[in-house]
Amino acid sequence: MTSLGARPLLDAVSDPVVGLLAVDEAPNPWFDPSYVTDNWDTILSYTGEHVRLTVLAVVIGAALALPLALVARRSRYLSAPVLGLSTVVYTIPSLALFALLVPFTGLSSNTVLVGLVAYSLVILVRNFLAGLQGVPADVREAARGMGLSAAQTFRRVDLPLALPAFMAGLRIATVSTVALTTVGVLVGHGGLGQLITGGFAANFYRAEIVTGAVGCVLLALLADVLLAAAERALTPWTRAVRA
Amino acid sequence: MNDFSRALVYLNDPFNWTRPNGIADLAVEHLVISAVAVLAAMVVALPVGTALGASRRGGGVVVVLSNVSRAVPTLALLTLFAVSPIGFGNRATTIALAVFAVPPILTNTFVGFRGVDPEVREAARGMGMSRVQVLGRVELPLALPLVMTGIRTAAVQVVATAGLAALVGGGGLGRLINLGFGQQDYGVMIAGAILVAGLALLTEALLALLSWAVTPGPRRLPFLHVRASKTPGGVPEPTASGVPL
Repeated sequence: MTSLGARPLLDAVSDPVVGLLAVDEAPNPWFDPSYVTDNWDTILSYTGEHVRLTVLAVVIGAALALPLALVARRSRYLSAPVLGLSTVVYTIPSLALFALLVPFTGLSSNTVLVGLVAYSLVILVRNFLAGLQGVPADVREAARGMGLSAAQTFRRVDLPLALPAFMAGLRIATVSTVALTTVGVLVGHGGLGQLITGGFAANFYRAEIVTGAVGCVLLALLADVLLAAAERALTPWTRAVRA
Repeated sequence: MNDFSRALVYLNDPFNWTRPNGIADLAVEHLVISAVAVLAAMVVALPVGTALGASRRGGGVVVVLSNVSRAVPTLALLTLFAVSPIGFGNRATTIALAVFAVPPILTNTFVGFRGVDPEVREAARGMGMSRVQVLGRVELPLALPLVMTGIRTAAVQVVATAGLAALVGGGGLGRLINLGFGQQDYGVMIAGAILVAGLALLTEALLALLSWAVTPGPRRLPFLHVRASKTPGGVPEPTASGVPL
């Protein structure tokens, strides 16, 4: 072990005068384009996993949240437990949730997916419910009076009026899911988070860590921009009012 | 014996709590890191949020800040501070957590003070109150529920996120999760998960009670009312700047 360097590593840490880790003696830049080009395939495959987990989590979360929000709208006695439970789930730290899921789903990406679905579901239920509760009661009554069935009322009255709140929820859920996916590094399926902890484990390799971090932020911003564009396309009437 | 009963056995052994670096030590470390981070964030965010909110300026900046902060993974920031010249350990963790605690406090304080009815302020001025008196005796009580929501959101987020620090060499209860995972001892890992989750829920409950206690005027116990009823008009809570933790 003495071949590692002139002085033992622990001495270097505790020495206040030098105060350097052995790794600091080699150049360790924050940004290194050659890292990105050399490891493009790795980065791409982690990005793919990241995108897959995020999209699946938000889509499954939305599919579960919509019926829950529709049920919860019917009365306070149904909405109170739904919102109360969502507060509790929301408060459980992601690391703890993933850890609690490991005995059931093992070291697969399903562990991450189930956890992410739980969080996106919680965000979406609240926003879907807020959107549905924002539809004026007299508008729904008028739709009833015009002879629209429950399904027609939902599709032609509730959905357009609640769409801005729905999309706001989807944007928040997507952006925070992108950020949360990184915690999946606990079970080795953290998408770009793997670069962050991988670089940390590889002697604090800053270029790799920064690549992972910047990649996550770019992915979140890209998803947000795409959803904002979708919102604009889906609600042409709001633009007409503003103009 | 499955992993969950193994976790209970681990938690039931007093020695696991009292030994050096046991649960008690880790919990204290966890709470100290969290408390320092939240206090540091409050020192920065409360004055800035109050000033911006009371003068109704800088709304765009606050919104952008809270949105961008949602996109930055906590793990990334914790790791970046750990590999910076600060060095990994509790100092880097505390700084990273404080950075994350600023946006919720700032946003809620800003929204709280901005939401004060201008006519109420004018009436207070008309009654002869000075600018400082209006701020302290009229605007602050009206903004307090939202300010407390911000502090609660930030504190719960910090307590929850402090667990992540263990992934990058930090301390706190997250260590049990990381250690148990590393040793393939899922009992310890689940015990750690239960402790971290319990601590986060406890923080939420205590701060909800605290904000109930300091809120003036008619009020209801925080656990009994339906939150969505507060925001009619189909607008999701503007201050839900907390991300899942």
